[in-house]
Amino acid sequence: MEKFKTVTGVAAPMPLVNIDTDMIIPKRFLKSIKRTGFGVSLFDEMRYNRDGTEIEDFVLNKPAYRNAEILIAGDNFGCGSSREHAPWAIADFGIKSIVSTSFADIFYNNCFKNGILPIILPQEQVDVLMKDAEKGENARQTVDLEAQTITTSDGEVFSFEVDPFRKHCLLEGLDDIGLSLEKVDSIEAFETKANAERPWV
Amino acid sequence: MTAPKTIYDKIWDAHVAHEAEDGTCLLYIDRHLVHEVTSPQAFEGLRMAGRTVRAPEKTIAVPDHNVPTTAGRENPEAMTEDSRIQVAALDSNAKEFGIHYYPVTDIRQGIVHIVGPEQGWTLPGMTVVCGDSHTATHGAFGALAHGIGTSEVEHVLATQTLVQKKSKNMKVEITGKLKPGVTAKDITLAVIGETGTGGGTGYVIEYCGEAIRDLSMEGRMTVCNMAIEGGARAGLIAPDETTFEYVKGRPHAPKGAEWEAALAYWKTLFTDEGAHFDKVVTLKGEEIEPVVTWGTSPEDVLPISGVVPAPEDFTGGKIEAARRSIEYMGLKPGQKLSEIEIDTVFIGSCTNGRIEDLRAAAEILKGKKIKDGLRAMVVPGSGLVRAQAEEEGLADIFKEAGFEWRLAGCSMCLAMNPDQLGEEERCASTSNRNFEGRQGFKGRTHLVSPAMAAAAAITGHLTDVREMM
Repeated sequence: MEKFKTVTGVAAPMPLVNIDTDMIIPKRFLKSIKRTGFGVSLFDEMRYNRDGTEIEDFVLNKPAYRNAEILIAGDNFGCGSSREHAPWAIADFGIKSIVSTSFADIFYNNCFKNGILPIILPQEQVDVLMKDAEKGENARQTVDLEAQTITTSDGEVFSFEVDPFRKHCLLEGLDDIGLSLEKVDSIEAFETKANAERPWV
Repeated sequence: MTAPKTIYDKIWDAHVAHEAEDGTCLLYIDRHLVHEVTSPQAFEGLRMAGRTVRAPEKTIAVPDHNVPTTAGRENPEAMTEDSRIQVAALDSNAKEFGIHYYPVTDIRQGIVHIVGPEQGWTLPGMTVVCGDSHTATHGAFGALAHGIGTSEVEHVLATQTLVQKKSKNMKVEITGKLKPGVTAKDITLAVIGETGTGGGTGYVIEYCGEAIRDLSMEGRMTVCNMAIEGGARAGLIAPDETTFEYVKGRPHAPKGAEWEAALAYWKTLFTDEGAHFDKVVTLKGEEIEPVVTWGTSPEDVLPISGVVPAPEDFTGGKIEAARRSIEYMGLKPGQKLSEIEIDTVFIGSCTNGRIEDLRAAAEILKGKKIKDGLRAMVVPGSGLVRAQAEEEGLADIFKEAGFEWRLAGCSMCLAMNPDQLGEEERCASTSNRNFEGRQGFKGRTHLVSPAMAAAAAITGHLTDVREMM
């Protein structure tokens, strides 16, 4: 996984609440057996007409936001299905960090597995970032994972919380299967004990 | 004396294989369910890293999302090429890694969350995961069950554990008795209407109270199935005699002396007196009415006696979301919900595709016909549910009423197979999500119980089933 240090880039505003994983990547794109190539289909039904032409007023189709690297989103972003195709599509499009007041649990987990940093901030701060993002391509924001800050184009700085283990994995680009397998002795010991206590499992 | 624990605390504690200083745990997984859509990349990851499946005997695979539900589906021509490739990938991955597998030609095939409990794979006190958000269903047995992403599927395949931090405890109590015509589906939708789709985020819910205790196992599965729609990691219900009765004798349930030992353990799985809950929601069972959804989020729930709300009835970001929903759904504020005309009825899904769901719908449909021009289908949750419904004469009731009688699968719940809504078609559906485009591009979904779906099929509009009882 690619390491995540800092991102400075255009932030796209998507104030709609409850943006679900079906909106992020509709099911007809779930039939791939690969992890790549989903970026072009990100937000497909909001982004394209049925004939494949772009819907002009969708935020990521506007010239200012076509290369957005940060998404400022409404409450409960990523609710719905467990499909990891959602963060795959977001990452493939080039978005590296998403800010909201809240994220759905599975989506939030999935982001960290794919080098995307989801940031939770209070409503007032999300509102400031949203307004800043609405200024367009000159409003570049900076996410600094090491310092745990996000900075608006005007230099206003907000701090955010992130789980230390997840932060470490993102900063170092670590594959957590490898990390977990280092604890295989603990897993084996657990299995021996559990087999004795609950042999029917 | 140890501090009082919730059932979630107990199951969690019994599955921690490793705990780091910062509280990050490796949680051991007892059952891993796998379907064709969220697993191919995980198996590919294993192969690329030269890893194997750590516990193939605890891993169960079944194709369900893509599979056609029409006759002749075992013919590869019945599927589009991309679907065929996904199902074929599951087929070969199951063989290569030696995991349990129910192909479409097996009568036990069906929706993964229906097959697991039916075959006795799901037992009280277990940890159960699947690359599917509706894994919450298995919580009905007093198991800790939740959905995971594909990277986590790969992690579980390789290590039989998940990297987890503990969630908070939330209690959802439904007191008293339900009124006639009100079902488990109405309970679970009413709860989401109360808490919102983000209300459970960060929590594991324990459902309790008299109305929950009175539910059958199938009703409890319906309730827990939609815990994810309330944002919760998992929803569960402490096991009791109803649970044990359901589990006993299933193919993979313990037998003989092991059954007795298991039973003794399962009886310790309840929330201790005085255990702490971080959040509590209480609803009165007798106040719950048959409900329907009007919008494009499962929280957009109202009693069937209600009217379509106006965007101004809401606050904050929900105002714009409601405006968008109402427009998408082609409705008008103030319109009576019971006057909304539909053209499609779908009965099925991991929420409501079990035998009791089919019985409830058939009870309403018996001797009646669906409205002229309406398209209605029943998609049983598994081949065994289908066979049982045929044996009980339910299939005949559906067919005589004008329903299509299909083979098992996820079908129009998420419309990954050929069963889809056309643009602006409106469906009364027993499934779990009314998101934009969920059942087909620009399709419109109203979530309802099986009995309410049957009532709507007869009248051609959303209908209070109590008028037909």
